[in-house]
Amino acid sequence: MFPANFAYVPARSVEEALQLIAMHGEEGKLLAGGHSLIPAMKLRLQSPQTLIDLGTVPGLRGVRADGNHLVIGALTVHTDVASSDLVRKHVPGLAEAASVIGDVQVRNRGTIGGSVAHADPAADFPVMLTALNATFVVQSSSGNRAIGADDFFTDFYTTAMNANEILTEIRVPIPPAGSGSAYAKLPHPASGYVVVSAGALITRQASGSCTAARIAIGGLGSGPCRAIATEIELQGKPLTPQIIASAATKAAEETDPVEDSYAGAEYKRHVATVYARKAIEAALERAAF
Amino acid sequence: MAAEVQYAALPVSITVNDVKHDALVEPRTLLVYFLREHLHLTGTHVGCDTSQCGACTVHLNGRAVKSCTVLAVQASGAEVKTIEGLAKGDAFHPVQEGFREKHGLQCGYCTPGMIMTALHLLETNPSPTEDEIKHALEGNLCRCTGYVNIVESIQWAADKMRG
Repeated sequence: MFPANFAYVPARSVEEALQLIAMHGEEGKLLAGGHSLIPAMKLRLQSPQTLIDLGTVPGLRGVRADGNHLVIGALTVHTDVASSDLVRKHVPGLAEAASVIGDVQVRNRGTIGGSVAHADPAADFPVMLTALNATFVVQSSSGNRAIGADDFFTDFYTTAMNANEILTEIRVPIPPAGSGSAYAKLPHPASGYVVVSAGALITRQASGSCTAARIAIGGLGSGPCRAIATEIELQGKPLTPQIIASAATKAAEETDPVEDSYAGAEYKRHVATVYARKAIEAALERAAF
Repeated sequence: MAAEVQYAALPVSITVNDVKHDALVEPRTLLVYFLREHLHLTGTHVGCDTSQCGACTVHLNGRAVKSCTVLAVQASGAEVKTIEGLAKGDAFHPVQEGFREKHGLQCGYCTPGMIMTALHLLETNPSPTEDEIKHALEGNLCRCTGYVNIVESIQWAADKMRG
Protein backbone atom coordinates (compact mmCIF):
# COMPACT_ATOMS: atom_id res chain seq x y z
CA MET A 1 0.00 0.00 0.00
CA PHE A 2 1.16 3.48 -0.72
CA PRO A 3 -0.40 6.93 -0.67
CA ALA A 4 -1.69 8.82 -3.68
CA ASN A 5 0.97 11.04 -5.15
CA PHE A 6 1.74 14.28 -3.40
CA ALA A 7 4.37 16.99 -3.33
CA TYR A 8 6.60 17.11 -0.26
CA VAL A 9 8.00 20.31 1.18
CA PRO A 10 10.30 20.19 4.23
CA ALA A 11 9.63 23.40 6.15
CA ARG A 12 12.65 25.13 7.65
CA SER A 13 10.73 27.30 10.10
CA VAL A 14 7.23 27.71 11.51
CA GLU A 15 6.94 30.95 9.53
CA GLU A 16 7.73 29.12 6.30
CA ALA A 17 5.23 26.38 7.16
CA LEU A 18 2.58 29.06 7.77
CA GLN A 19 3.27 30.57 4.35
CA LEU A 20 3.03 27.12 2.79
CA ILE A 21 -0.34 26.30 4.37
CA ALA A 22 -1.61 29.72 3.29
CA MET A 23 -0.44 28.97 -0.25
CA HIS A 24 -1.87 25.45 -0.47
CA GLY A 25 -5.08 25.91 1.54
CA GLU A 26 -7.14 22.75 1.93
CA GLU A 27 -4.90 20.85 -0.48
CA GLY A 28 -1.98 21.11 1.93
CA LYS A 29 -1.53 19.04 5.06
CA LEU A 30 0.96 19.39 7.90
CA LEU A 31 3.10 16.34 8.67
CA ALA A 32 4.52 15.81 12.17
CA GLY A 33 5.51 12.22 13.09
CA GLY A 34 3.09 10.86 10.53
CA HIS A 35 1.71 8.08 12.69
CA SER A 36 -1.91 9.05 12.14
CA LEU A 37 -1.56 10.80 8.78
CA ILE A 38 0.59 8.32 6.84
CA PRO A 39 -1.66 5.30 7.66
CA ALA A 40 -4.69 7.40 6.65
CA MET A 41 -2.96 8.36 3.40
CA LYS A 42 -2.05 4.73 2.67
CA LEU A 43 -5.72 3.82 3.06
CA ARG A 44 -6.56 6.80 0.81
CA LEU A 45 -8.72 8.27 3.56
CA GLN A 46 -6.58 11.36 3.09
CA SER A 47 -5.00 12.41 -0.20
CA PRO A 48 -3.45 15.84 0.27
CA GLN A 49 -1.73 17.31 -2.77
CA THR A 50 1.08 18.75 -0.68
CA LEU A 51 2.65 17.56 2.56
CA ILE A 52 4.37 20.26 4.58
CA ASP A 53 6.84 18.56 6.91
CA LEU A 54 7.25 20.11 10.35
CA GLY A 55 9.82 17.43 11.23
CA THR A 56 12.50 19.54 9.58
CA VAL A 57 11.69 22.66 11.64
CA PRO A 58 14.32 23.16 14.35
CA GLY A 59 13.30 24.01 17.91
CA LEU A 60 10.00 22.18 18.12
CA ARG A 61 11.30 19.18 20.13
CA GLY A 62 12.03 18.65 23.78
CA VAL A 63 10.76 19.45 27.26
CA ARG A 64 11.86 22.45 29.31
CA ALA A 65 10.76 24.22 32.45
CA ASP A 66 9.59 27.83 32.15
CA GLY A 67 8.66 29.29 35.53
CA ASN A 68 5.77 27.26 36.86
CA HIS A 69 5.10 25.49 33.56
CA LEU A 70 6.59 22.63 31.64
CA VAL A 71 6.85 23.46 27.96
CA ILE A 72 6.70 20.52 25.59
CA GLY A 73 7.57 21.12 21.94
CA ALA A 74 4.87 19.93 19.56
CA LEU A 75 7.27 17.61 17.70
CA THR A 76 8.42 15.80 20.85
CA VAL A 77 7.93 12.05 20.37
CA HIS A 78 6.01 9.97 22.90
CA THR A 79 9.15 8.09 24.02
CA ASP A 80 10.80 11.38 24.97
CA VAL A 81 7.73 12.59 26.88
CA ALA A 82 7.61 9.26 28.74
CA SER A 83 11.30 9.35 29.65
CA SER A 84 11.65 13.09 30.39
CA ASP A 85 12.94 13.66 33.93
CA LEU A 86 10.94 16.90 34.16
CA VAL A 87 7.71 15.18 33.12
CA ARG A 88 8.27 12.21 35.44
CA LYS A 89 9.03 14.48 38.37
CA HIS A 90 6.24 17.05 38.01
CA VAL A 91 3.46 15.31 36.07
CA PRO A 92 4.05 11.54 36.24
CA GLY A 93 0.53 10.98 34.90
CA LEU A 94 1.62 12.45 31.58
CA ALA A 95 4.65 10.14 31.39
CA GLU A 96 2.25 7.29 32.14
CA ALA A 97 -0.09 8.30 29.32
CA ALA A 98 2.84 8.65 26.89
CA SER A 99 4.16 5.20 27.79
CA VAL A 100 0.93 3.35 26.94
CA ILE A 101 0.36 4.80 23.46
CA GLY A 102 0.61 2.25 20.65
CA ASP A 103 3.85 0.31 20.88
CA VAL A 104 7.56 1.05 21.15
CA GLN A 105 8.01 1.77 17.45
CA VAL A 106 4.97 4.04 17.32
CA ARG A 107 6.16 5.93 20.42
CA ASN A 108 9.53 6.46 18.76
CA ARG A 109 7.92 8.36 15.85
CA GLY A 110 4.55 9.70 16.98
CA THR A 111 4.52 13.23 18.39
CA ILE A 112 2.50 14.86 21.16
CA GLY A 113 1.54 17.76 18.91
CA GLY A 114 0.45 15.45 16.12
CA SER A 115 -1.62 13.40 18.52
CA VAL A 116 -3.53 16.32 20.01
CA ALA A 117 -3.97 18.12 16.67
CA HIS A 118 -5.38 14.90 15.19
CA ALA A 119 -7.76 14.71 18.21
CA ASP A 120 -8.66 11.05 17.87
CA PRO A 121 -11.44 10.36 20.42
CA ALA A 122 -9.57 7.18 21.42
CA ALA A 123 -6.19 8.88 21.97
CA ASP A 124 -4.41 9.07 25.34
CA PHE A 125 -2.75 12.50 25.45
CA PRO A 126 -5.95 14.59 25.12
CA VAL A 127 -7.37 12.97 28.26
CA MET A 128 -4.32 13.46 30.48
CA LEU A 129 -3.60 16.95 29.14
CA THR A 130 -7.18 17.93 29.95
CA ALA A 131 -6.78 16.62 33.50
CA LEU A 132 -3.55 18.63 33.80
CA ASN A 133 -5.24 21.79 32.48
CA ALA A 134 -2.63 22.16 29.74
CA THR A 135 -2.57 25.08 27.34
CA PHE A 136 -1.99 24.70 23.61
CA VAL A 137 0.06 27.45 21.99
CA VAL A 138 -0.73 27.97 18.32
CA GLN A 139 1.02 30.28 15.93
CA SER A 140 -0.36 32.08 12.89
CA SER A 141 0.90 34.92 10.73
CA SER A 142 -0.74 37.33 13.18
CA GLY A 143 1.06 35.93 16.24
CA ASN A 144 0.53 33.38 18.99
CA ARG A 145 -2.57 32.50 20.93
CA ALA A 146 -3.08 30.04 23.76
CA ILE A 147 -6.06 27.69 23.94
CA GLY A 148 -6.96 25.95 27.19
CA ALA A 149 -7.52 22.19 27.16
CA ASP A 150 -11.20 22.58 28.06
CA ASP A 151 -11.74 24.57 24.86
CA PHE A 152 -9.26 22.82 22.57
CA PHE A 153 -10.98 19.50 21.79
CA THR A 154 -14.23 20.50 20.14
CA ASP A 155 -15.46 17.37 18.33
CA PHE A 156 -14.37 14.07 16.76
CA TYR A 157 -10.97 14.73 15.14
CA THR A 158 -11.62 18.45 15.52
CA THR A 159 -9.88 21.11 17.57
CA ALA A 160 -10.29 24.84 18.14
CA MET A 161 -7.31 25.53 15.88
CA ASN A 162 -7.98 27.40 12.66
CA ALA A 163 -6.66 26.13 9.34
CA ASN A 164 -4.08 28.94 9.26
CA GLU A 165 -2.59 28.02 12.66
CA ILE A 166 0.18 25.63 13.68
CA LEU A 167 0.49 24.09 17.14
CA THR A 168 4.01 24.81 18.38
CA GLU A 169 4.04 23.92 22.07
CA ILE A 170 2.03 22.54 24.94
CA ARG A 171 2.32 24.25 28.31
CA VAL A 172 1.56 22.13 31.36
CA PRO A 173 1.21 23.89 34.72
CA ILE A 174 3.54 22.41 37.34
CA PRO A 175 1.15 21.31 40.09
CA PRO A 176 1.68 22.75 43.58
CA ALA A 177 3.14 20.76 46.48
CA GLY A 178 0.76 18.08 47.68
CA SER A 179 -0.29 17.21 44.13
CA GLY A 180 -0.24 13.93 42.27
CA SER A 181 -1.30 12.90 38.79
CA ALA A 182 -2.08 9.55 37.20
CA TYR A 183 -3.50 7.98 34.06
CA ALA A 184 -5.47 4.74 33.99
CA LYS A 185 -6.46 3.11 30.71
CA LEU A 186 -8.52 0.19 29.51
CA PRO A 187 -7.00 -0.49 26.08
CA HIS A 188 -8.79 -2.25 23.28
CA PRO A 189 -7.21 -5.72 23.27
CA ALA A 190 -6.42 -5.67 19.55
CA SER A 191 -5.75 -2.05 18.64
CA GLY A 192 -4.43 -0.73 21.96
CA TYR A 193 -6.57 2.38 21.52
CA VAL A 194 -8.57 3.71 24.47
CA VAL A 195 -11.84 1.96 25.25
CA VAL A 196 -12.16 4.09 28.36
CA SER A 197 -9.43 5.97 30.20
CA ALA A 198 -9.15 8.43 33.06
CA GLY A 199 -6.65 11.12 33.96
CA ALA A 200 -6.55 12.61 37.44
CA LEU A 201 -4.78 15.54 39.06
CA ILE A 202 -5.33 15.70 42.80
CA THR A 203 -4.03 18.29 45.27
CA ARG A 204 -4.39 17.64 48.98
CA GLN A 205 -3.45 19.36 52.20
CA ALA A 206 -1.08 17.77 54.70
CA SER A 207 -4.19 16.94 56.74
CA GLY A 208 -5.40 14.80 53.82
CA SER A 209 -8.32 16.84 52.57
CA CYS A 210 -8.64 17.55 48.88
CA THR A 211 -8.02 21.14 47.81
CA ALA A 212 -8.27 20.64 44.05
CA ALA A 213 -9.21 17.87 41.66
CA ARG A 214 -9.36 17.70 37.90
CA ILE A 215 -10.59 14.45 36.39
CA ALA A 216 -10.89 13.81 32.65
CA ILE A 217 -12.41 10.75 31.03
CA GLY A 218 -11.67 9.46 27.53
CA GLY A 219 -13.64 7.09 25.34
CA LEU A 220 -17.11 8.33 26.27
CA GLY A 221 -17.61 11.04 23.70
CA SER A 222 -16.09 12.98 20.85
CA GLY A 223 -13.09 13.91 22.99
CA PRO A 224 -12.02 14.05 26.62
CA CYS A 225 -14.76 15.08 29.05
CA ARG A 226 -14.34 16.48 32.52
CA ALA A 227 -15.91 14.47 35.34
CA ILE A 228 -17.23 17.63 37.00
CA ALA A 229 -19.55 15.83 39.43
CA THR A 230 -16.64 13.73 40.69
CA GLU A 231 -14.43 16.80 41.07
CA ILE A 232 -17.10 18.61 43.12
CA GLU A 233 -17.66 15.55 45.29
CA LEU A 234 -13.93 15.38 46.18
CA GLN A 235 -13.48 19.09 46.83
CA GLY A 236 -12.71 19.84 50.48
CA LYS A 237 -13.26 16.25 51.58
CA PRO A 238 -10.80 13.90 53.27
CA LEU A 239 -9.56 11.55 50.54
CA THR A 240 -10.61 8.28 52.13
CA PRO A 241 -11.15 5.18 49.98
CA GLN A 242 -14.91 5.48 50.63
CA ILE A 243 -15.12 9.09 49.49
CA ILE A 244 -12.98 8.39 46.40
CA ALA A 245 -15.13 5.38 45.49
CA SER A 246 -18.32 7.34 45.97
CA ALA A 247 -17.05 10.31 43.92
CA ALA A 248 -15.85 8.01 41.15
CA THR A 249 -19.34 6.57 40.68
CA LYS A 250 -20.28 9.98 39.25
CA ALA A 251 -17.49 10.01 36.64
CA ALA A 252 -19.78 9.21 33.71
CA GLU A 253 -22.67 11.44 34.71
CA GLU A 254 -24.21 13.44 31.88
CA THR A 255 -22.25 11.54 29.26
CA ASP A 256 -23.70 9.79 26.25
CA PRO A 257 -21.07 7.22 25.22
CA VAL A 258 -20.77 6.14 21.63
CA GLU A 259 -21.45 2.42 21.30
CA ASP A 260 -19.19 0.33 19.13
CA SER A 261 -18.76 -3.34 18.32
CA TYR A 262 -16.51 -3.84 21.33
CA ALA A 263 -18.26 -1.90 24.09
CA GLY A 264 -21.82 -0.77 24.74
CA ALA A 265 -22.74 2.55 26.34
CA GLU A 266 -23.68 1.13 29.76
CA TYR A 267 -20.47 -0.88 29.91
CA LYS A 268 -18.37 2.17 29.03
CA ARG A 269 -20.12 4.26 31.67
CA HIS A 270 -19.42 1.59 34.28
CA VAL A 271 -15.78 1.19 33.25
CA ALA A 272 -15.38 4.97 33.46
CA THR A 273 -16.31 4.88 37.15
CA VAL A 274 -13.79 2.08 37.80
CA TYR A 275 -10.94 3.77 35.93
CA ALA A 276 -11.70 7.16 37.47
CA ARG A 277 -11.29 5.52 40.89
CA LYS A 278 -8.03 3.86 39.84
CA ALA A 279 -6.63 7.15 38.51
CA ILE A 280 -7.65 9.12 41.62
CA GLU A 281 -6.15 6.51 43.96
CA ALA A 282 -2.89 6.40 41.99
CA ALA A 283 -2.73 10.21 41.86
CA LEU A 284 -3.28 10.41 45.62
CA GLU A 285 -0.41 7.98 46.26
CA ARG A 286 1.88 10.38 44.41
CA ALA A 287 0.59 13.50 46.16
CA ALA A 288 3.72 14.21 48.17
CA PHE A 289 4.93 17.38 49.85
CA MET B 1 0.96 19.26 -16.66
CA ALA B 2 1.64 21.28 -13.57
CA ALA B 3 0.90 18.16 -11.55
CA GLU B 4 3.77 16.25 -13.15
CA VAL B 5 6.23 18.90 -12.10
CA GLN B 6 4.73 19.09 -8.64
CA TYR B 7 5.17 15.38 -7.94
CA ALA B 8 8.67 15.13 -9.31
CA ALA B 9 11.07 12.77 -7.60
CA LEU B 10 13.12 14.30 -4.81
CA PRO B 11 16.73 13.65 -3.92
CA VAL B 12 17.36 11.84 -0.64
CA SER B 13 20.58 10.91 1.07
CA ILE B 14 20.14 8.05 3.51
CA THR B 15 22.89 6.12 5.26
CA VAL B 16 21.93 2.46 5.51
CA ASN B 17 24.14 0.06 7.46
CA ASP B 18 26.97 2.61 7.32
CA VAL B 19 26.76 3.06 3.55
CA LYS B 20 25.49 6.38 2.22
CA HIS B 21 22.94 6.15 -0.58
CA ASP B 22 21.93 9.10 -2.74
CA ALA B 23 18.78 8.46 -4.74
CA LEU B 24 15.77 10.08 -6.35
CA VAL B 25 12.45 8.94 -4.88
CA GLU B 26 8.81 9.82 -5.31
CA PRO B 27 7.68 11.62 -2.15
CA ARG B 28 5.17 8.83 -1.47
CA THR B 29 7.88 6.16 -1.36
CA LEU B 30 7.78 4.49 2.04
CA LEU B 31 11.11 3.78 3.72
CA VAL B 32 10.49 0.02 3.62
CA TYR B 33 10.03 0.09 -0.17
CA PHE B 34 13.11 2.29 -0.53
CA LEU B 35 15.10 -0.36 1.34
CA ARG B 36 13.60 -3.33 -0.50
CA GLU B 37 13.11 -2.05 -4.03
CA HIS B 38 15.75 0.64 -4.45
CA LEU B 39 18.53 -0.91 -2.36
CA HIS B 40 17.41 -4.56 -2.72
CA LEU B 41 17.76 -5.05 1.03
CA THR B 42 14.89 -7.51 1.26
CA GLY B 43 15.58 -8.68 4.80
CA THR B 44 13.17 -6.03 6.06
CA HIS B 45 9.69 -7.44 5.46
CA VAL B 46 6.30 -5.95 4.71
CA GLY B 47 3.72 -7.75 6.82
CA CYS B 48 0.45 -5.99 7.58
CA ASP B 49 1.48 -2.70 5.93
CA THR B 50 -0.76 -0.94 8.48
CA SER B 51 1.70 -0.05 11.30
CA GLN B 52 0.72 -2.98 13.45
CA CYS B 53 2.82 -6.14 12.89
CA GLY B 54 6.35 -4.77 13.13
CA ALA B 55 7.84 -7.02 10.40
CA CYS B 56 9.20 -3.84 8.80
CA THR B 57 11.02 -2.64 11.93
CA VAL B 58 14.38 -0.95 11.33
CA HIS B 59 16.42 1.49 13.39
CA LEU B 60 16.19 5.14 12.37
CA ASN B 61 18.86 7.21 14.10
CA GLY B 62 19.20 4.43 16.67
CA ARG B 63 15.51 3.93 17.41
CA ALA B 64 13.22 1.12 16.34
CA VAL B 65 10.55 2.36 13.94
CA LYS B 66 8.05 0.82 11.54
CA SER B 67 9.48 1.56 8.10
CA CYS B 68 6.07 1.09 6.45
CA THR B 69 4.97 4.25 8.28
CA VAL B 70 7.93 6.48 7.47
CA LEU B 71 8.42 8.24 4.15
CA ALA B 72 11.84 7.86 2.60
CA VAL B 73 11.98 11.66 2.30
CA GLN B 74 11.52 11.91 6.07
CA ALA B 75 14.60 9.71 6.51
CA SER B 76 16.81 11.88 4.33
CA GLY B 77 19.98 12.70 6.23
CA ALA B 78 19.32 9.94 8.75
CA GLU B 79 21.12 6.73 9.70
CA VAL B 80 19.17 3.53 9.10
CA LYS B 81 20.14 0.10 10.37
CA THR B 82 18.47 -3.02 8.97
CA ILE B 83 18.77 -6.72 9.73
CA GLU B 84 21.47 -6.95 7.04
CA GLY B 85 23.65 -4.62 9.12
CA LEU B 86 23.90 -6.86 12.18
CA ALA B 87 26.21 -9.75 11.29
CA LYS B 88 29.94 -9.09 11.02
CA GLY B 89 30.98 -11.26 8.10
CA ASP B 90 30.06 -14.82 9.06
CA ALA B 91 29.62 -13.93 12.72
CA PHE B 92 26.01 -13.42 13.70
CA HIS B 93 25.00 -10.71 16.14
CA PRO B 94 24.18 -12.11 19.61
CA VAL B 95 20.47 -11.40 19.07
CA GLN B 96 20.54 -13.38 15.82
CA GLU B 97 22.41 -16.16 17.61
CA GLY B 98 19.82 -16.12 20.38
CA PHE B 99 16.97 -16.68 17.93
CA ARG B 100 18.88 -19.65 16.46
CA GLU B 101 19.89 -21.13 19.81
CA LYS B 102 16.43 -20.84 21.37
CA HIS B 103 14.39 -21.60 18.25
CA GLY B 104 12.84 -18.13 18.26
CA LEU B 105 11.32 -18.60 14.81
CA GLN B 106 9.36 -21.00 12.71
CA CYS B 107 8.45 -19.45 9.35
CA GLY B 108 10.83 -16.55 9.93
CA TYR B 109 8.64 -13.85 8.44
CA CYS B 110 8.43 -11.72 11.60
CA THR B 111 12.03 -12.46 12.63
CA PRO B 112 13.92 -9.49 11.14
CA GLY B 113 11.49 -7.10 12.82
CA MET B 114 11.58 -9.06 16.09
CA ILE B 115 15.36 -8.93 16.11
CA MET B 116 15.52 -5.20 15.38
CA THR B 117 13.02 -4.46 18.16
CA ALA B 118 14.88 -6.79 20.53
CA LEU B 119 18.17 -5.07 19.74
CA HIS B 120 16.62 -1.66 20.42
CA LEU B 121 15.39 -2.98 23.78
CA LEU B 122 18.78 -4.40 24.76
CA GLU B 123 20.57 -1.22 23.73
CA THR B 124 18.34 0.80 26.06
CA ASN B 125 17.88 -1.83 28.78
CA PRO B 126 20.65 -4.47 28.88
CA SER B 127 18.97 -6.54 31.64
CA PRO B 128 15.25 -6.57 30.88
CA THR B 129 12.82 -8.62 32.93
CA GLU B 130 10.52 -11.07 31.19
CA ASP B 131 7.69 -8.54 31.52
CA GLU B 132 9.83 -5.77 30.03
CA ILE B 133 10.67 -8.01 27.06
CA LYS B 134 6.99 -8.79 26.49
CA HIS B 135 6.09 -5.10 26.78
CA ALA B 136 8.82 -4.18 24.28
CA LEU B 137 7.46 -6.72 21.79
CA GLU B 138 3.95 -5.24 21.82
CA GLY B 139 4.47 -3.88 18.33
CA ASN B 140 5.71 -7.14 16.80
CA LEU B 141 3.33 -9.93 15.88
CA CYS B 142 4.33 -13.57 15.38
CA ARG B 143 1.70 -15.97 14.10
CA CYS B 144 3.75 -19.18 14.58
CA THR B 145 5.59 -19.57 17.84
CA GLY B 146 3.41 -18.05 20.50
CA TYR B 147 6.30 -15.86 21.72
CA VAL B 148 7.68 -18.17 24.44
CA ASN B 149 10.79 -19.01 22.45
CA ILE B 150 11.15 -15.43 21.24
CA VAL B 151 11.29 -14.18 24.83
CA GLU B 152 13.84 -16.90 25.65
CA SER B 153 15.90 -15.92 22.59
CA ILE B 154 16.08 -12.34 23.80
CA GLN B 155 17.00 -13.44 27.33
CA TRP B 156 19.78 -15.57 25.83
CA ALA B 157 21.00 -12.58 23.80
CA ALA B 158 20.89 -10.29 26.84
CA ASP B 159 23.10 -12.75 28.77
CA LYS B 160 25.52 -13.02 25.87
CA MET B 161 25.71 -9.26 25.30
CA ARG B 162 26.36 -8.59 28.99
CA GLY B 163 29.27 -11.02 28.63
